[in-house]
Amino acid sequence: MSTIPATTAVATPVVLPLPKAMLWLGGTVLFALALYYFIGIDQGATSVFGDNMYIHEFVHDARHFLGFPCH
Amino acid sequence: MEKRIILRGVLVGALAGLLAFVFARIFAEPQIQAAIDYESGRDQAQAALDKAAGLPAGDEGPEIFSRAIQANVGIGVGMVLFGVAMGALFAVAYAVCLGRVGNLRPRTLSMLVAGGGFLGIYLVPFIKYPANPPSIGHQETIAPRGALYVLMMVCSVAFLIGAVVLGKRLAKRFGNWNATLLATLAFVVVIGVAMALLPSLGELAANVRDYGPQATETPLPLKNPAGQIVYPGFPADVLWDFRFYSIAAQAILWATLGLVFAPLAERLLAPKPAQQLAM
Repeated sequence: MSTIPATTAVATPVVLPLPKAMLWLGGTVLFALALYYFIGIDQGATSVFGDNMYIHEFVHDARHFLGFPCH
Repeated sequence: MEKRIILRGVLVGALAGLLAFVFARIFAEPQIQAAIDYESGRDQAQAALDKAAGLPAGDEGPEIFSRAIQANVGIGVGMVLFGVAMGALFAVAYAVCLGRVGNLRPRTLSMLVAGGGFLGIYLVPFIKYPANPPSIGHQETIAPRGALYVLMMVCSVAFLIGAVVLGKRLAKRFGNWNATLLATLAFVVVIGVAMALLPSLGELAANVRDYGPQATETPLPLKNPAGQIVYPGFPADVLWDFRFYSIAAQAILWATLGLVFAPLAERLLAPKPAQQLAM
């Protein structure tokens, strides 16, 4: 990424100080991973909300189409 | 600043998921239906064979949601939420990369991060474990298949990040062009080794036991005890169309993320005249 030559008027100017932004960035990553898990994986290999298939069956087509392993 | 970047990423992600859903509803659903029809026909043929052999009939899974709900609402909710999740990850990656990956315009960085997400989260794992329509994938192997897919995805994202870091280091010594080529080569070699080491789905113990040595779980022709084919293998054209549309949908999703986020980032990060004066 660093390597595309760009002759630019404005270079990417901002460096977010990571320790300061860590709370929001970390929280967002956790949120995204939880969402990813429930759409793609829950009630297949592992299950959080007990042994039913509601989430699995509801997003069934999306799960197949987005490339997740499914039955 | 990070909050504004994340908010934009999530909103653009939802839009990207919505567009990918529209594409899926038009192009993927007919293929998914064809796959389900194949599975139903195969189950009937299998039931007839079992009956002839005097075996008890297998029970079908319960239908919790109708096909109409799954094919119109479920896939929509699933893809929009997937878009939101990818938009959130995209925003975090963008925020971390800002100013750390060289002299790039905000909109150029937006396209590069989106391209990285497409490659790392979807396309590279797909090369080893491609998307499969319903009726491909055995119930007994869902646990190892899920674990392998996640492992492949984690490797792919980690190696991609590693390649970017490597490229950045090498750039000082070899220049941008050569450093990019070297980092790309390193990524291809390392991910290639990982792919070679991870098992194919057909090599999983349960599959070898039940079906013999096969490369994948794609259903083969169903034969009766006399060895005659009574039901064909999974239709190759349906499989190709499904996978092709799966890649296309992810390309739409990530392209939308990159292209729509780009002008927003450009506006967000442009130095404002008043601020410049204040500085």
